[in-house]
Amino acid sequence: MILDGKCPTGPIETSWDRHRFESKLVNPSNKRKFKILCVGTGLAGGAAAASLGELGYNVHAFCYQDSARRAHSIAAQGGINAAKNYPNDGDSIYRLFYDTIKGGDFRAREADVWRLSQVSNNIIDQCVAQGVPFARDYAGYLDNRSFGGAQVSRTFFARGQTGQQLLLGAYSALSRQVKAGTVTLHERREMLDLVVVDGVARGITCRNMVTGAIESHWGDAVILATGGYVNVFYLSTNAMGCSVTAAWKAARKGAYMANPCYTQIHPTCIPQHGEHQSKLTLMSESLRNDGRCWVPKKVEDCERPPGQIAEEDRDYYLERKYPSFGNLAPRDIASRAAKEQCDDERGVGPGKRGVYLDFADSIKRLGEDTIRERYGNLFEMYEKITAENGYKQPMRIYPAPHYAMGGLWVDYNCMSNVPGLFVLGEANFSVHGANRLGASALMQGLADGYFVIPYTIAGYLATVKPGAVKDDHAEFKKSAEEVKANIDKLLSINGTKTPSEYHRELGKVMWEDVGMARSKESLEHALKRIPEIREEFWSNVKVVGSNDQFNQELENAGRLADFFEFAEILTKDALNREESCGGHFRTEHQTEDGEAMRNDEDFCYVAAWEFKGTGVEPELHKEPLKFENVKLAVRSYK
Amino acid sequence: MKLKLHVWRQNGPNDKGRMEVYDAPDVSPDQSFLEMLDDVNLVLARQGKDVIAFDHDCREGICGMCSQVINGVPHGGQERTTVCQLHMREFKDGDEIFIEPWKARAFPVIKDLVVDRGGLEKIMQAGGYTSCHTGGVADGNALPIGKDIADYSMDAAECIGCGACVAACPNSSAMLYTSAKVAQLAVLPQGKVEAHRRVMAMTEAATEHGFGNCSNHYECQASCPKGIDVKFIAKLNREYMKALIP
Repeated sequence: MILDGKCPTGPIETSWDRHRFESKLVNPSNKRKFKILCVGTGLAGGAAAASLGELGYNVHAFCYQDSARRAHSIAAQGGINAAKNYPNDGDSIYRLFYDTIKGGDFRAREADVWRLSQVSNNIIDQCVAQGVPFARDYAGYLDNRSFGGAQVSRTFFARGQTGQQLLLGAYSALSRQVKAGTVTLHERREMLDLVVVDGVARGITCRNMVTGAIESHWGDAVILATGGYVNVFYLSTNAMGCSVTAAWKAARKGAYMANPCYTQIHPTCIPQHGEHQSKLTLMSESLRNDGRCWVPKKVEDCERPPGQIAEEDRDYYLERKYPSFGNLAPRDIASRAAKEQCDDERGVGPGKRGVYLDFADSIKRLGEDTIRERYGNLFEMYEKITAENGYKQPMRIYPAPHYAMGGLWVDYNCMSNVPGLFVLGEANFSVHGANRLGASALMQGLADGYFVIPYTIAGYLATVKPGAVKDDHAEFKKSAEEVKANIDKLLSINGTKTPSEYHRELGKVMWEDVGMARSKESLEHALKRIPEIREEFWSNVKVVGSNDQFNQELENAGRLADFFEFAEILTKDALNREESCGGHFRTEHQTEDGEAMRNDEDFCYVAAWEFKGTGVEPELHKEPLKFENVKLAVRSYK
Repeated sequence: MKLKLHVWRQNGPNDKGRMEVYDAPDVSPDQSFLEMLDDVNLVLARQGKDVIAFDHDCREGICGMCSQVINGVPHGGQERTTVCQLHMREFKDGDEIFIEPWKARAFPVIKDLVVDRGGLEKIMQAGGYTSCHTGGVADGNALPIGKDIADYSMDAAECIGCGACVAACPNSSAMLYTSAKVAQLAVLPQGKVEAHRRVMAMTEAATEHGFGNCSNHYECQASCPKGIDVKFIAKLNREYMKALIP
């Protein structure tokens, strides 16, 4: 099937304004009659729930943490982009649009990206009004820094805790609505099913993580803002509770999963130290503003302390390969370059899987105090984890799974192919194409939540009768029974290996075969291994405890079961996409000097997969991508 | 290294609870404290025993989910460090470690080391915001804000809402937590408008939900993983006085 993204036609500059005017509205006095369920309270979900509550809708918000303030958006460090052009350095909405399309390696929809760029400026204003303490200069004006993939300074920041401050802003707006009575919060709830009645999303089934009760909630619309899925690699920079579960349950009920093979491996993470590690820690890409990446030129130097390696024996490989962007090359390119050096046996540190990020030159030029003011908390974090002082010796970094560009397929209105199901933020596939630029995730989350969904959801709600289907419908009972049966099955297997052991096993396959470099051979190997591990899991997992209590083993087992099914679709998508683009690198498709080679003729489309059952071949639906405002070109940062 | 753990086990809010002893026989100094507990739980799970429940999520010191009293000190006593960022190199071979949940009347235990911090939410919902509506706000640069003021506001805004300050306080006071939000907003032009209403509503909610008063022990600041300064409590008191005097 050919999918239609329902993008506005005509001049792109006015596309969003025209669309807003043409969309239907809900009368102010009717809004409270509509009940909206919003799953996830990060930047996208928190902002959406707050804004919809302000408008007068009856909003119910759900999160698995004990507070809406703890979603993983909070961990974003570096900043948020906006086309304000405050520094007078040539930025514009068009340039942000162009950079994002190019940064995504020409695999995103033009209209969605234009809208994102347009509303980016409103986000900054909104956050300032909420009391977000962005960095300011001595004149009292907002400060900017640079990020990868851009040649202008358009990134707004709050020290190294921008995600935290933006999330707390959204959380404060949400808290205000809780007090106003328009939003009801359901913390420590995990969504375990989407309830679909006659093809329309009508509610969710979730588990109360404290009591184990299975709850049914009906809504006139369901919003998923449940983040990304890179914990499929086991070790990633995501929080431990991040999972594909909510999105996957929707996929099992008919929502298409789009471009799952577009995964971002972030270049500046702290290298793995041992087998017992539970997660990887990212350090903001902004470090590459002042840090220089290098490895020793000679293999025999790799074991020596970095201070003893002479300047002429160091290979500043990013500056060498990409002179115009240098250390600020986009993430996919910087990550692959680091891997290349390590594959060439010039990596440093334990296992030789690391490269240096060196601040010595910047400290000489600007002084240690300036570097401390810019990145103090990152240096502190680095020292806590590695026991090394980044001011005195270069940091060691290595790429790690970080972000999912792929996600549930949505149209221009952020609605999935299942009517009534909307998907926002990282959970959808829409704006980042095959690679996300730094400081764009926060922008997308807040754009979707504050400025897109309040308009587009009205267009849908205006066509439905409020409360037409409630939780007394048979589908809710059926869904709850299925959820219970699944939990009972997990608890009854009583095998010999724990969920975390199986998660490690799956992660190892995904990282080695479906990680930074993929080939037909490695992907076929993964497609053989994933079902084997999945089958073993379902016959030999040991989940201790019971359902009627707080049970983290059970939570993990359920999430892992979904990762197994999802991993297969991700791998199939990677195998289908016979080209290299952005974060998806197929070793068969590269230039002589190792750069990604796109195939626009055959793959300039969004791949949306329809789940047909466990172990059954999924069906591929295509949405062709049209480029009318940006010329398809080879992406070069040289 | 080899460690002996004394861990608070409590199967639900109505259980009496007790300390139980576990061995951690093979701990690497590069592991985080939570990874050490993961290993202990792995052994328990393989034996079919109920694992130790503890809250955690980001494991990079920013979400505020982790919450353990280690050897009597919330987050374990390393300066400006959450439990998840505490590493085992801070301990030595043969150490005995005592692990308990946040202890405060306002934080009932859910299971083992997991507590209910809902009271902190109520304080925020009472007034921890500016009442601006999405859309229709002024340009971000319309009101210049001095760098010193923006920095002061940011110092307060770094609070991660973990509740260590409450757990450390002999009065279970949430004053440091409340003051961080009051101070962050009170100094900004956007937050000044509602400063009086905010400080009254938030302090009232704190009392209502079982948090005590401040009697200047400063244990909160000492245990705060973000180093939030008690000077913000002084600021809260000044804001409170200003609100009392019309």
